[in-house]
Amino acid sequence: MTAVEQILTPDGQLLGEPPFGLDETRRLYRAMVAARLYDRKGSALQRQGRLATYAPFEGQEAAQIGSAAALRSDDWMVATYRDAAAMWFHGYPWALLLLGRMGDERGGSPPEGVPILPPSITVGAHMLHAVGLAWAATLQAQDRLAITYFGDGATSEGDFHEAMNFAGVYRAPVVFLCENNLYAISLRRDRQTASETIATKAVGYGMPGVLVDGNDLFAVYRATAAAVSRARSGGGPTLIEALTYRLGPHTTADDPGRYRDPEEEAEWRSRDPLARIRRFLAQQGAWDDAWQQEIEREESSGIEAAVAAAEALPLQGPEEIFEAMFAEMTQQLREQQRELLAAEGEA
Amino acid sequence: MSTSLTMAQAINQALDAALASDPRVMILGEDVGRAGGVFRVTDGLQQRYGEGRVVDTPVAESGIVGAAFGLAVGGMRPVAELQFMGFSYPAFDQVISHVSRIRNRSRHRFTAPLVIRIPYGGGIGAAEHHSESAEAIYAHTPGLKVVVPSSPSDAKGMLLAAIEDPDPVIFLEPIRLYRAIREEVPLERIVTPLGEARVVREGSDVTLIAWGSMLRESSLAADLLEEEGVDAEVLDMRSLVPLDVDALIESVHKTGRALVVQEAPRNGGLAGEVAALIQERALYSLQAPVVRVTGWDTVFPLKRSEHHYLPSPARIAGAARQLLAS
Repeated sequence: MTAVEQILTPDGQLLGEPPFGLDETRRLYRAMVAARLYDRKGSALQRQGRLATYAPFEGQEAAQIGSAAALRSDDWMVATYRDAAAMWFHGYPWALLLLGRMGDERGGSPPEGVPILPPSITVGAHMLHAVGLAWAATLQAQDRLAITYFGDGATSEGDFHEAMNFAGVYRAPVVFLCENNLYAISLRRDRQTASETIATKAVGYGMPGVLVDGNDLFAVYRATAAAVSRARSGGGPTLIEALTYRLGPHTTADDPGRYRDPEEEAEWRSRDPLARIRRFLAQQGAWDDAWQQEIEREESSGIEAAVAAAEALPLQGPEEIFEAMFAEMTQQLREQQRELLAAEGEA
Repeated sequence: MSTSLTMAQAINQALDAALASDPRVMILGEDVGRAGGVFRVTDGLQQRYGEGRVVDTPVAESGIVGAAFGLAVGGMRPVAELQFMGFSYPAFDQVISHVSRIRNRSRHRFTAPLVIRIPYGGGIGAAEHHSESAEAIYAHTPGLKVVVPSSPSDAKGMLLAAIEDPDPVIFLEPIRLYRAIREEVPLERIVTPLGEARVVREGSDVTLIAWGSMLRESSLAADLLEEEGVDAEVLDMRSLVPLDVDALIESVHKTGRALVVQEAPRNGGLAGEVAALIQERALYSLQAPVVRVTGWDTVFPLKRSEHHYLPSPARIAGAARQLLAS
C-alpha cells in the first residue's frame, strides 16, 4: 500500500512541520467551521423545502479548504456540486451557491472576475474544462493554473482518462484534486477500480500522483502547494488523491444506511478534520471555547445573511429562460418567448 | 480578385485567414497538423502557424471538445475538427451538456465561442460510421448554432462568420462536395451571416428546399424538371439553427408547393420541422401537401447499396412531378 502523506494525526499530534503558522491555521480552521455551518444549513433548508436537493460535504472540509488555500485568486477552479467549501473559499459567494440549489440559474453566475465555473452536475466531464482553461492560460502567457475537484466515482468516467491524458500530453498547468470519499453514491471504492490507489493512476499519464490524508488540513495544503508550484514552473499537471469520507448522505435524497456500515461511519467520525485541527490549536494555546463560539456566531450570521439575500431576490420572469441561450436571441426564441408570455398572460 | 477553389480549399483559406488575423484562433483535432487532416482541409496550416496553434490531438473526441470548451471559456477561439460525424458521438456529452449550456448556466458570465467542424454525409462509398447525417440531433439541442454550407464561397464566408460568432457553432461539411464543385471564391476575407437562407435558383412552380450535400442533387433535379417545362425554385437553407423562416415562407407563398430534401433518415429529421413551419405559416398558399424526399429510416448502407439510400436528382424530380400533379 502506498503511504498516505500525513502531517497531523487524528488525535492532533504533529508528524512533521506544519506548512504555515498558527495565524493561518486559525484562519483556515475558521473557514472549515464556516463551511460546516453552511453545509448543515444547506441540509436544514432542504428539509424545510427551501432548497432543492442538497449534496452535503461534511467530513471533506480539510480536503477542500486545504487545497483551495494553496491557490492564487486568479487561478481557475472547476469543481462539483459537493465542493461548495472550496468554491466559497476561492470567492464564490454563499448566497449564489444557495441560489443555485434553490433552482435559480442566477446562482451559476459568479461575480465578475471570479474565475470559478458554476458547479458541475455531470460527473467527470468538467475535468476536461480545467485542462482547456489551463491550456488557454499558457497559450495567452497568463501565469495562472486550473484546479479541478472530483470524487472517486468520477475516476471511472472516460473523461477522467481523456482529461488526464490531454493534461499530460500538453503539460497543462492543472491540479487534479480527487476527493476520494470512498463511495460513488453506494458503490465502494474497491468495486470501482482494481487499482491499488487512485493516485497510482497518474503514472499512466506521465504525471506525479500523490496520496494524502484528506482530513489533514496540513497535508492537503502541502501536497496542493507542491502541485501548484510544479504547475506554475512549467512542470505540468499533478494528481492528488485526498483520502476522506463523506459523513453524510450522497444527497438529501439518499440513505447511506442501505450501503454503509454504521461502524465505518463512526470510525470516520473520529477522524473529523475539524476536530483534528481544533485539538492541535488547543495544544498550542490557540483555541478556546470562547473563540469557537465567537467564530460560529460570526460565520452563522454571514450565512444567515446569505440565505436572506438569496431568498429576497425577486423570482425571474418567465421571459428569462430565453435570455441566455445566445448572445443575441434568435427569431425562433423571440417568437417562443412571446408565445409563453401570451399563454401565461391568458392563464 | 477571386480564384477557383474547391470547398476543401475554401475552408482551408478561411482557416488560414482566421489564424492570420486573430491570435486567439487555434485548430485542434485528430491528424489536422502534420497530415493536414484526413480530407486535407487543414493542409499546410501547421507548417505556417506552428504546433501550438494547429494541434494534433490524441484520438479522443470528448477530450477534443471538452478541452476546446475550456480553451474557449478561457479566451481562445478554438476550431475543433471531429473527423467524421459518425465519430462525433463520443463528444456528445460535452456538446449537449456543456458547450451548448454554459452561457445559460452562467447567465452570460461564461461563454464558449468555439466552432466544431464535422465532415458529414455519404456518397463516397466509405466504411460504416463514415457517412452519417445526424444534423437533427445537433439542431435539436438548445444553445447550438448548426450551419451547413453547400458551396465553396459559402463555406469560406460562413466559417469565418462561425469563428467570429460569440456562441458555439456546429459547422457541417458535406464530404461529397469537398472536391465536387469548383467556384470562384473571393480572395479577400468574406463573412456570410449565419441564419440566412439563399435562393440559388429562382422559380415559380415548386420550391425545392435543401441543405448541404442535398443542394446539388436538388439543383440537378431542377435541371431535369426544367427540361419538362417545370420552373423550380431551389432554396439552400444554409443554416439549420437559426432557421431562416422568413425566406422559407416567402418562397412557398410564391410557388405554392414545397418539397423538402434531406439526406438524413426521415423520422424526426429537420425536413419534418420545415414541413411543420410551412403548414403553420403558409397553409393557405399551399396547393398540395408538403412532400419530403429523404434518406430512409435505416442504417446508412455500405458502398454497394448507398445509392439506394441517397436521394438522387431522379428521385427528387419524380417526387416533384407527383407533387405538381396533385
